[in-house]
Amino acid sequence: MKSLYYYRDRYVRAQPTAFCPGCGGGIILQCFLRAIDDLGIDKDRILAVSGIGCSAWIPSPYFDGDTLHTTHGRAIAFATGAKAFNPDLTTVVFTGDGDGAGIGGNHLIHAARRNIDLKVFLVNNFSYAMTGGQIAPTTLHGETTVTSPYGNPESPFDITQLVKAAGATYVAKWSTYHVVELTNAMKEALQHKGFSFIEILSQCPTQQRRVFNLRGALESLPPRILEMFGESTYVRGRPGKTGYLYAVPKGDVKETLIQAEALEGVKARIVDHIGFGQVVRVETKQPEVTREKLGGLSSVGGVADHLEKKIEVGLFERSERPEFTESLRAIMRKAKGE
Amino acid sequence: MLEPGRHLTLGNVACAEGALRAGCRFFAGYPITPASEISHHLSAELPKVGGVFLQMEDEIASMSSVIGASWAGAKAMTATSGPGYSLMQENIGYAHMTETPLVVVNVQRSGPSTGQSTDPSQQDIYQARYGAHGDYEVIAISPWSVQEMFDLTVRAFNLAEAYRTPVMLMSDGLVAHIQEKLVVPEKVEVVDRRKPTSKSSTPWGTDDPSLVPEMPAFGEGHRLLVTGSTHRPDGMRIVTPQYHQMTVYRIRDKILNAEPKIRDIHRVQMEDAEVAVLSFGASARPSLEAVNQARGEGIKAGLFRLKTIWPFPEEDVSALADQVDAVIVVEMNFGKLVREVERVACGRTKVVSLGKIGGQLHMAREVLEAIRGAAA
Ligand SMILES: Cc1ncc(C[n+]2csc(CCOP(=O)(O)OP(=O)(O)O)c2C)c(N)n1
Ligand code: SF4
Ligand SMILES: [Mg+2]
Repeated sequence: MKSLYYYRDRYVRAQPTAFCPGCGGGIILQCFLRAIDDLGIDKDRILAVSGIGCSAWIPSPYFDGDTLHTTHGRAIAFATGAKAFNPDLTTVVFTGDGDGAGIGGNHLIHAARRNIDLKVFLVNNFSYAMTGGQIAPTTLHGETTVTSPYGNPESPFDITQLVKAAGATYVAKWSTYHVVELTNAMKEALQHKGFSFIEILSQCPTQQRRVFNLRGALESLPPRILEMFGESTYVRGRPGKTGYLYAVPKGDVKETLIQAEALEGVKARIVDHIGFGQVVRVETKQPEVTREKLGGLSSVGGVADHLEKKIEVGLFERSERPEFTESLRAIMRKAKGE
Repeated sequence: MLEPGRHLTLGNVACAEGALRAGCRFFAGYPITPASEISHHLSAELPKVGGVFLQMEDEIASMSSVIGASWAGAKAMTATSGPGYSLMQENIGYAHMTETPLVVVNVQRSGPSTGQSTDPSQQDIYQARYGAHGDYEVIAISPWSVQEMFDLTVRAFNLAEAYRTPVMLMSDGLVAHIQEKLVVPEKVEVVDRRKPTSKSSTPWGTDDPSLVPEMPAFGEGHRLLVTGSTHRPDGMRIVTPQYHQMTVYRIRDKILNAEPKIRDIHRVQMEDAEVAVLSFGASARPSLEAVNQARGEGIKAGLFRLKTIWPFPEEDVSALADQVDAVIVVEMNFGKLVREVERVACGRTKVVSLGKIGGQLHMAREVLEAIRGAAA
């Protein structure tokens, strides 16, 4: 494995980055650099386009190739012009959940419909992070944020399903917890001919403290959030973990932990879960028995299976249909009578 | 493409033809009356010359993709009308800040809002000047005939390329939709953007007296940092007061320094004029007729037609204020450009506003009456 310095010296323009400690931005940049390096793509043939937001800073200024840092929400539309005029450019777009699915949602679905050969990496940190953690089109129902002090009255988009339905021909979803899978998916996207989309669940230690009600010191948050993505997702097509149950507390989660730990033959610990909040994860060899016992505890509000309220990650679509810039070239030949 | 020679054609077609001759190889737009024929014509003609035509999902996307294409090396354009022009403003500001050459055609129609959607107006001239947020200096030019839809479109591209700036072609629903004689010349003069000769050039800074930096394109190995945020000459974001002033003043001054060259005024019977009719675009047509009629009545009237609206030709308008007893400003709006005339004239001459809304051109008679009134 190549050292971090290898990637930094070859591909990174400015250091240190402006990301907060523990931000997912650096992980995503690194996965991207590993992907292009593994594929041997010349960085001078890559155009990295981004909008406005923390996620937009991943390529600009850090990626040392051509970068186009545009207006909020419009990165895909800018990229469409550049790619249509010069199809030889490997054109990637880094966008946020607010940037790509909020203000720029229309461009996202239309680019997917056109099947234009853009590689779009949408960083979903469930929040408008750069502006202070307001509700985004990805924020969960009921979540309190600076603009939903009584809980979010809206429900989130499933961006991956949206883009798939809009006609994208490569669609995957991973998180910053899945660095190997994400790097491989980026490689697949870079090699795919057509609109390629990866939703990347990412951590924002600064704003997610609010979005996910995570309390605690900033330094200890990034690993906790990363673990949360591991806890809250399951990979399509892979056998799920067996022997896990989640005890959702009625009140104080510590009380639930104490009661769960007292049960026989189990291992219990508190974990953060995107869907449930803080819960007690119980490892058991006898799920049926443990489920019943857990359910009977005074501090437990409900018991969930390891698949309940989990986010599906993995590959969602890989297909072929006419790619837009190729169709444009065919039109040129037709118009010229060739 | 039309052959060189004489044609009877539509203003919008002349505009599209001018764009093709000027080297336009990228167009993105969204359907809107009265601009649509420009896209109809370019969708047929651009692919024949290896150009790209895109119909985008809205005008925001159209403007965005034009900027993206310009940085990929294309001479690029969009065409729209009032509602679409409003949607483009944020990215027009981005084009100013990043110094992106491109042409925006606004075939003005009568607003506010959908207003009289198919009728002409000249109501957007201040939107052209101040539509985007922030400080900048814009170039806006205005054709009055089918021939000028061709000529000024070529000029718009040349100005955009020469000064690395967005240029507004402020047309209107009348000039766009009339059929008139168009003479397509054998050869048109074409200006291309200055390309850097070395990789170490600074795309947003220059020692050149023009203050216009060289412009590389994506894919040429320059590792460009294009950003709408305040930046250093090499493109790196840096938002200190010093860099902001340095960048934004230079972007302004490159236009202001070139103003004498950008200036373009068409004068008819102005030598001995005592009453001037100042107009632009379609409304200059009845203005000319009225000037001729006034001359027939012995009134020393003249037409002072602005082909370049922005930057406003202060020197010439100031000289005009010293020359004539009255300036009648004829425009298809409440009376907008008249404010600039008043500002520059500063009380040295009588300034009469002859604005008109309703989607109809002034009658020559209305202008003649104003001339008579001013001459009395
Ligand atoms: C037109 C416009 N509206 C609002 C803003 C302010 N703004 C800047 S970043 C941002 C949120 C970005 O959120 P997201 O795309 O999710 O990126 P993140 O910071 O979370 O990575 C907003 C609303 C802007 N720059 N432009
Ligand atoms: S606010 Fe959040 S997303 Fe933005 S840099 Fe900090 S941690 Fe990253
Ligand atoms: Mg976000």
